[in-house]
Amino acid sequence: MIRDSQYDVIVIGAGHAGCEAALTAARMGMATCMFTMNLDTIAQMSCNPAIGGLAKGHLVREIDALGGEMAKNTDRAGIQFRMLNRSKGPAVWSLRAQADRVLYRLSMRKALESQKNLSIKQALIEKIIVEDGEVMGVSTSLGIFYGARAVIVTTGTFLKGLIHIGLDNYPSGRAGEFPSVGLSDSLRELGLKMGRLKTGTPPRLDAHTIDFSKTAPQYGDEPPLPFSYSTERITNPQLPCYITYTNSETHRIIRENLDRSPLYSGRIKSIGPRYCPSVEDKVVRFSERERHQVFLEPEGLDTKEYYANGISTSLPYDVQVRLVRSIPGLEEAEIMRPAYAIEYDFVYPTQVKHSLETKGVKGLFLAGQINGTSGYEEAAAQGLMAGINAALKIKGEAPLVLGRHEAYTGVLIDDLVTKGTNEPYRMFTSRAEYRLLLRHDNADSRLMEKGYRIGLLDESSYKRFCEKKKLMGRESSRLKSTRLKPSVINGALVALNTAPIKEDAALEQLLKRPEVGYDFIKRFSPPEKPLSEDVCREIEIQIKYNGYILRQIETAEKLKRMDEKRIPEGIDYSSISGLSKEIVLKLEEVRPANIGQASRVPGVTPAAISLLLVAIEKGRRAVKS
Amino acid sequence: MNDDTIAAISTPLGEGGIGIVRLSGRDAVSIVEKLFSSPKNKKLSESESHKLIHGFIKNPSTNTTIDEVLVTVMKAPKTYTKEDVVEINCHGGILPLREVLELVLRSGARPAEPGEFTKRAFLNGRIDLSQAEAVIDLIRAKTDESRRVAVEQLSGGLSEKITSLRDRIASICAHIEAYIDFPEEEIEPASLESILNEIQDIKNGLSILSNSFEEGRFFREGFKIAIVGRPNVGKSSLLNALLNRDRAIVTETPGTTRDLLEEYLNVKGLPVRIMDTAGIRETHEMAEREGVMRSLKAIDDADLIIGIIDGTTPLNNEDMVVLEKIKDKKNIIAINKSDLPPHPSLPLKGGGSGWGFENCLKQYSQNVLMISAKTGEGLDTLKDKILDVSLIKSQKLVGATLSEDSYREVRSPFDESEGVIVTNIRHKVAIDNGITALNNVSAALRSLLPLEIVAMEMRDALDRLGEIVGSVTTEDILNRIFSEFCIGK
Repeated sequence: MIRDSQYDVIVIGAGHAGCEAALTAARMGMATCMFTMNLDTIAQMSCNPAIGGLAKGHLVREIDALGGEMAKNTDRAGIQFRMLNRSKGPAVWSLRAQADRVLYRLSMRKALESQKNLSIKQALIEKIIVEDGEVMGVSTSLGIFYGARAVIVTTGTFLKGLIHIGLDNYPSGRAGEFPSVGLSDSLRELGLKMGRLKTGTPPRLDAHTIDFSKTAPQYGDEPPLPFSYSTERITNPQLPCYITYTNSETHRIIRENLDRSPLYSGRIKSIGPRYCPSVEDKVVRFSERERHQVFLEPEGLDTKEYYANGISTSLPYDVQVRLVRSIPGLEEAEIMRPAYAIEYDFVYPTQVKHSLETKGVKGLFLAGQINGTSGYEEAAAQGLMAGINAALKIKGEAPLVLGRHEAYTGVLIDDLVTKGTNEPYRMFTSRAEYRLLLRHDNADSRLMEKGYRIGLLDESSYKRFCEKKKLMGRESSRLKSTRLKPSVINGALVALNTAPIKEDAALEQLLKRPEVGYDFIKRFSPPEKPLSEDVCREIEIQIKYNGYILRQIETAEKLKRMDEKRIPEGIDYSSISGLSKEIVLKLEEVRPANIGQASRVPGVTPAAISLLLVAIEKGRRAVKS
Repeated sequence: MNDDTIAAISTPLGEGGIGIVRLSGRDAVSIVEKLFSSPKNKKLSESESHKLIHGFIKNPSTNTTIDEVLVTVMKAPKTYTKEDVVEINCHGGILPLREVLELVLRSGARPAEPGEFTKRAFLNGRIDLSQAEAVIDLIRAKTDESRRVAVEQLSGGLSEKITSLRDRIASICAHIEAYIDFPEEEIEPASLESILNEIQDIKNGLSILSNSFEEGRFFREGFKIAIVGRPNVGKSSLLNALLNRDRAIVTETPGTTRDLLEEYLNVKGLPVRIMDTAGIRETHEMAEREGVMRSLKAIDDADLIIGIIDGTTPLNNEDMVVLEKIKDKKNIIAINKSDLPPHPSLPLKGGGSGWGFENCLKQYSQNVLMISAKTGEGLDTLKDKILDVSLIKSQKLVGATLSEDSYREVRSPFDESEGVIVTNIRHKVAIDNGITALNNVSAALRSLLPLEIVAMEMRDALDRLGEIVGSVTTEDILNRIFSEFCIGK
């Protein structure tokens, strides 16, 4: 074997997880190398050309607050921005952007190439080299060895990827790309238990052949709000999406050809994402529905390729053509790339710790789809955390673990390592117990301090954050101390359909009323210097929902105290008398780090937790004496 | 889990009139403070540790006194659990004891897990290592025990009832969550009106169950029978005879039973709670006077009173006091000591009417009979009588436990809850907390608060009912969403 360079951190894969992992490690001062099978598909958006959406947008904001790249890159590549759920409460507002696929790739590559401490190499990694349970480096298909103290694997759908179009299938990591076979075997040889998942993607269509007049355009917000706290404004031209619908003819075509679907013929056995079903699934499972939405999303500013979101399918090409052409506006549509389903290997994520390091191999980290997730944002958030924790480990520092009450990223990783997953895991806001705390608007308050402390968040972002915090503090106390006279405000209150005040009232009190917003207050008592919109909104939310927010903080505190009770790493669950066999098996599999996590393992009862606590205390005292 | 305050009745149920409700945890003192009032206006928080304080436990919402109590505040760390511990010594028997527990549970304590006081004692270093195995055994034993009890208590449809109500909440929850999480799907928001109606309906269902706790008292507490009589006519002997064991202290000395003694027994299918009372007479001794007062109160509370007359002595003034007290209540008069030669004024067995005695007693009761607590003679007749009388008194209350025939005649009061009764205070508290959470849901909906706050209250309601029938996890909610709504672009 030929030895090449020695690094601190090696990242295998250059997708959304890999890019964040590599940038993060390098930014934290690690000599880092990122390997990809194809330098031209770095940060490729393999599926839809969009970033964000409910809960995912929250993740992107968190990545930004910690010092990651996804938000900035989306702002640079974004061609439509929409704040979703504006009609609902502030905790569930979430930004979603359409991105120019090529711009996204190039702009991320630029960020990577201009990053100090980071090398980027095209190679096929075949093997993880491990000695005495500790990672040593990797070797390529050409037999070249690269040394590293930590290796982060972010292989997406490439591990033994198998593409299905109709009853045809062939090995591939992504349409038009090779799979990675050797690496999958190498991971298995290291003792990792692996399973198989499935996902799919719809056909891409040629805009020249689409009659947009038969569809309804959907425009983005004007002006577009950026993802990143550091982006001042979006400069790209903005494009609409278009909505059309399937119909009974479409459904008939699908039904008549189900025997040619690998999903329904039993050829694909692995589990796909329930929230991203193929169109054949939708038609079969919800047969009463007369139509399903199809979003036509632009793939970029300089291309005529459109992504037909909503008709992901694994039906054969000829059926795809017919089903597409049954849809209004698509009667003459030409398919540029066919839809396909793909099966790939993943690692059961209960085998990794909260730091995303594998339990079995020291220094080996996993992030992204390999851990059973789906989605660019879920991948990027893990990549970022794996990069952080690989760097911290090398520096000899404790890992950064985000709590469920601190970040969606924390919920994501805790769910994966505690509950595991059997289907591609996607983030939803309903997965977060502390949804009111984990808002889109306050990601900076939640995480920037941490990002800065570990040396990831840059100086200028942190300064801006401190400035904002100061402003917010000042404005909050002004709202508390400034009082308005009934004579000044009552007319306007009545006009708002809310009760007039009898005596002077503090601005804060008024703001607590559901009918009264910050803009209203501002009209009567403006702050000394005008505040940015996000500052105003965050203050307003804090005041309006204070009672509920406090309640969640209180329960979160309880959880935190349980999470602080550590379980000794080598504990022998089978020796704890009274634990049922099933519970012992569950605990052995997950090997929870603390009592809080143990209590979240499915099937573990409060009585089992009691027994565990007593056993730990017993062990502790035995050691002491 | 070790920061919250736990509470439990720490004396075995049914063992005499005195019982202790014990709390442990950081809020133990403040919780009891809310319920306690002392004649001297003493504050528990300011009182000396490990000292008894006399006062009353009141229900703050109705301002009624539940029981006269002695409270001990024990400040950490010199306590059994090394946490703040408060013990409430109740005197009024099982019912007030349970009410006191219910009140502390409503006021912020949670029911202790099996063996939890001991577990805390161990974890906080109060119990030494050699006893660790014993602690584990205790947790296991108590867990098994409570599982058995829980299974018993959940039988009879309660589990199904609560599960179905909980699932209806989960269904609304799924709808709201789907509406929040999938704004680009074509999910119709449910109308405010329809959600409010559904929640009201679920709340009604829960209220019926909650109320059945009160109505089901007969099953839980038994049909309440007080045994009264002047001192030394054999009240305690009768109790023992019915129970077939030496339970109450029986002596020749009048005034031995100074407290209420309570026992449970099954009279031909009717669950009965019998209170042996102190003899009623004028007395100057403090403790005994207290006992007499309680006996008089027991007469008020009882569903049926058995007045005992000593057949070997003439009626005296003390008997007359007792008879006067019970004559307006549902009663049975038992003439005791039929094994001894009767007093001449008593009519002989097998016919023949004497003068006054029997007629005299007939003025006080429809039901006069003779027994011997000592030999057991007449006890079967007495039991039949109890059953007869209780049936009339509580026709609507006891249907389910009686024989087929009587069941047909008797209309169950539980028609509303379809025969399902909540008997466990833990369940009752969980149901009530569920109702409170649903009230919060309605309030949030009415004041047009954001849906994520409504969802938060809904989850709270789910968690509360989950304490009885198992929780609804996020995964369950997601399963509902994906099975009910066509999600996914």
